Amino acid sequence: MNRQIARLGLVGVALVAALIVATTYWQTWASAGLADRQDNEIQRVAQFSIKRGLIRASDGTILASNRIKKVGGQKLYLRRYPQGGLFSHVVGYSTQSRSRAGLESSMNDYLTGANRNLDTVLKTTLDRIRGATITGNDLWLTMRPGPQRLAMRELASKCGSVVALDPRTGKVLVMASRPTYDPNLVEKDFNRINNIRAACRPAAPLLNRATDGLYTPGSTFKVVTASAALDSGRFTPQSRFFDPGYCIEYGKQVRNAGNPEAPETFGSVDLITGLEHSINSVFCNIGKAIGAGKILGYAKRYGFYEDPPLETPANERSPSGLYKNGELFRPSDPRTQVDPGRLAFGQERMLATPLQMAMVAAGVGNKGVVMEPFVVDRITNPNGGVVTRTKPRKLRRAVSRQTAQELTQMMEGAVQSGTGTAAQIPGVPVAGKTGTAETGIPGRYTSWFISFAPANAPRVAVAVVLQDQTGFGGQVAAPIAKDVMQAILAGKANP
Amino acid sequence: MTYRNRELANLVVVGILTALGFASVYIARQDIVSTASLSYAGFFFALYLAAHLVARLTVPYADPYLLPMAALLTAIGLTEIYRLNPTDAFRQGLWIVVALCAFALTLFLLQHDYRRLESYKYLFGLSAIALLVLPALPVLGTSVNGARLWVHVGSLQFQPGELAKVFLIVFLAGYLREKREVLAQGRLKDFGPLLLIWGGAMLVLVETNDLGSALLYFGIFLAMLYVATGRFLYVGLGIGLFLAGAFAVYHYVEHVRERITIWLHPWTDHAVYCAINGKLLPRQDCASYQLVKSLYSVSHGSWFGTGLGKGTFRTTGGGELIPYLNTDFIYSALAQELGLVGVAALLLVYMLFVSRGFKIAMLADDGFSKLLAIGLTFAFALQTFIIVGGILRLIPLTGITLPFISYGGSSVVANFVLLAGLLLVSNRANAERE
Repeated sequence: MNRQIARLGLVGVALVAALIVATTYWQTWASAGLADRQDNEIQRVAQFSIKRGLIRASDGTILASNRIKKVGGQKLYLRRYPQGGLFSHVVGYSTQSRSRAGLESSMNDYLTGANRNLDTVLKTTLDRIRGATITGNDLWLTMRPGPQRLAMRELASKCGSVVALDPRTGKVLVMASRPTYDPNLVEKDFNRINNIRAACRPAAPLLNRATDGLYTPGSTFKVVTASAALDSGRFTPQSRFFDPGYCIEYGKQVRNAGNPEAPETFGSVDLITGLEHSINSVFCNIGKAIGAGKILGYAKRYGFYEDPPLETPANERSPSGLYKNGELFRPSDPRTQVDPGRLAFGQERMLATPLQMAMVAAGVGNKGVVMEPFVVDRITNPNGGVVTRTKPRKLRRAVSRQTAQELTQMMEGAVQSGTGTAAQIPGVPVAGKTGTAETGIPGRYTSWFISFAPANAPRVAVAVVLQDQTGFGGQVAAPIAKDVMQAILAGKANP
Repeated sequence: MTYRNRELANLVVVGILTALGFASVYIARQDIVSTASLSYAGFFFALYLAAHLVARLTVPYADPYLLPMAALLTAIGLTEIYRLNPTDAFRQGLWIVVALCAFALTLFLLQHDYRRLESYKYLFGLSAIALLVLPALPVLGTSVNGARLWVHVGSLQFQPGELAKVFLIVFLAGYLREKREVLAQGRLKDFGPLLLIWGGAMLVLVETNDLGSALLYFGIFLAMLYVATGRFLYVGLGIGLFLAGAFAVYHYVEHVRERITIWLHPWTDHAVYCAINGKLLPRQDCASYQLVKSLYSVSHGSWFGTGLGKGTFRTTGGGELIPYLNTDFIYSALAQELGLVGVAALLLVYMLFVSRGFKIAMLADDGFSKLLAIGLTFAFALQTFIIVGGILRLIPLTGITLPFISYGGSSVVANFVLLAGLLLVSNRANAERE
C-alpha cells in the first residue's frame, strides 16, 4: 500500500504547489493589468490611504486639500475643495464613486507620490518600508485667484468662458467656465450637479468650456485671416478694398453684419479700417484671393488642428478647426471643399476653443511667437523642495515680427475707434478684436472678445466667449475682458 | 528531545508569532500596542498549552509538528478575522475552545485503541449520509448563495457537511480495508459500491447545488479507493463518471451552469443579463462580482502585501468591497495583506501539514490506520485546493472553508477532530517503533 500512498502524497503536494503557482501568477504577472481595470475599486480606494498632495494657486491659496476620515480603523485622505466651484474645471476632483477629473486625474502620479523623480521614489519607498503614510507632492498653479474670482463673477449666470494667458510665457492666469459645479458635491450629491438650471442647453456644468467648448469664432478669426493676408505678402495694412455692403461668392451676396435688408456699407476702405470695423466683405474678398488652404495653414501655426498643450487630461481638451458631423475635418482639397469667403470671417464650419483664441491674441502680442500654455508652475515635495518647475516653451512662430506689429496696430485701432471701444483701459494701450458669430438661431449670437495689453509690451492676453447672447461681442464680452485685464495688470508684475 | 518536548518548543515559536501578529494589527489600526492584543495572544497560547498537555497524556509518541502547525494556521486565521471584524474574532475564539475540547475528547476516548471504530463503520456511514441530507430538509436547511449547506436550530447554525466528511472517511477506511482484496480483483459486481457512492455524490451535488462538496467527497473516495486497491483503472473510471455526471448536472442545473460561466468568463466587455436584479450589466458587476473583487484583492497584495491591518477591504463610505471575506474569501484578504511572500509561506505550511500526514500513513502498520490517515490528509489537501483554487480561478469557485483559517464553528471543530485522528494514528505507529 505504501507505493500508492507515496504516489497519492505527490498528488496532495502537487495540489498545494499549484496554488502557489497560481498565487504567483495573480500577484506578479497579472497584477498590473488588474490594477488598471476600471472596476477595480480596491485600487481606487487604496489610493485614498495616500496623503494626497495639495493644489495651490499662484499666491498659495489652497484649491484642494485633504480631510481625514477613519474607516474600519484605517486613515483615509478624502478631498476637500475650499474654493468650491471657482477652480473646479481645472482642478477637477478625486472621488471614489466617479474616479477623477481635471488635474486631479492627469497629475495623479505626482499628487500620490507615484512619479518617477528620484527623490520622490526614494522617499515613498522609505515610507512604505517604515509603514509610514505616503505623502504626495504639491502642485502650484499659475492661476491668479483674484482675477479668476472676478471672471467667474462677471460671467455670472451666462454660459461661457474666460481665458487669460501671460503672452510672454504661456502661463494660464485665468481659466473660467460657466456654468460650474462644486467638486465637493461629486461624491455625495452628484444629481445636484447634473440638475442645475442654466442659460444654455445642455448646461453641461462638468464641461471645461475653456479647453473643451467649441464655438464659432466669428470675427475674432479675422485676426488669423489678416495674419495670412499680411504674412504671405499678398496684402499690406494699406491695401484698399471697395465695400458695397456685401461680397459676391458663388454668384450670391454675402452680406455684412447688421440689418440684412440694409447692411452697413463702408465704400472704399483700407485693411486697417476693415479690421477696425470688422467689415465682412473685406475679409471675404481676402479669403477669395488667398484661398482657404492658406488661411487654414496660418490657423495651424497658431495651434489649430492640434490638442492645445495643457496639463489637464486629453479628454478634457479639444482641437480647434473645421468640424464636419462632429469630427475634426481636414479638407484634402480646401479649394473645392471649403468656402474661403465665409471661413475668412470665422463662419463656415470653423469652431474654436476659448483657449485657442486666447493663444491667437497672445501670439500676436508676443511679437508673433505663440507660447505653449501651461497651468502647473511647479511641483514641490512635502518638505517644500522643488521636484520640477515648468520652463516656458515656444509652441512656434506664427507670423513674422513685422506682421505681428501691423496686426497689433490694427487691433489697437479696433479698441480705440472701432468695434471694441468698451475694452479701453485708461492709460494702458489695449489691442483687441470683437466677434459676434451666428448660431443659426436669429437674434442669438456667440459673442467674443480677444485682446491683449499693454499693446506695446503685453503682460496679459484674454479671450472671452459668451453663449446665446443678444448683444454683440463689443457690447457684452469686451467689458469682461477689460475688467479681467485690468485686474491682472493691477496685480504684482510677476508673481 | 522527545516528541512532546519538540512540540512544546514549536508551540512557543507559534505563540511568539501570534503575539507579533496581533500587535502589528493593533499598531496598524490604533497606533498603539495595547495589552488587549497581547491578552488575545496569551489566551491563545494558554489554550494550546492545554492541548499540548492533553497530547502529552494521551498520544505521547504522536507527530510533534501537526499540532503547532494547526496552532499557527488558527492563529493566522484568528489574527486576520480580528483585523476584519473584532466581534467575529471573539466568537471564533470561543469556537476554537470548543474545537479543542472536541480534540481532547477524541483523544481521551480513543487513546487506547482507535481501531475499534472499524466495527462501527456502518454507523459512521449512515451518520454521514444523515448529516449530508440534513440541509436538504425543508425546516432545518437554509440556502446561502443558492447552495443548501446550512442547518439552523434556533439561533445556532452549522454546516453538517464538515463533520460528515470525517465520518465518511472513517466509514471508507473500515469498508475499504475489509473489501480491498475483492475490489482489487475487479469483478463486475464489486463495482456496486463505487456506483453507489458516485450516485451519492451526485445526489449531494443536486440536492445542495454545491459542486465543491461533491468534488471533495468524491475525491476523498477515489483517493482512498486507489490506495486500497492500487488500481488506476478505478480512478480513471471514477473521474470519467464524475465528469459525465457533472456534465449532465451542468445542463440541467442553472446554478451550476452559472458557476462554470463565471469561472470561464468572469469579465465581459458588454452588458449581459444579470439574474440578481434583472438589469443588463457587465458580468464583473453582477454574477462574477465576488470572484473579480477577490482577485483584485489578491493582486493588490503583489510581492510583499500591504502589511497586516493595512489592506483595503472597505469603500471610503465604509461599505464592504468583498463579500464573505471572513469565511470563503479569507485567503484573498490574507493575500492582500501578506503578499506573495506571506501567502506562499502559508501555503508551504499547508504543504508541510499534508506531507506529515502522508508520512504518518506510510509509517502506520495496519490497513485501517493507513486508510484513515490517507483519507484525513487528502481531505485536508483537497479542501484547501478547492477553496483557494476557486479563488485563484484554477477551478470553478465554490464556497467551502479554508481549513483552520476561515471563520466558522463547524469547520474548526471538524478540522480539530481530523487532527486528533492523525495524531492517534501517528502515536500508535511511533509507539510500536520505540
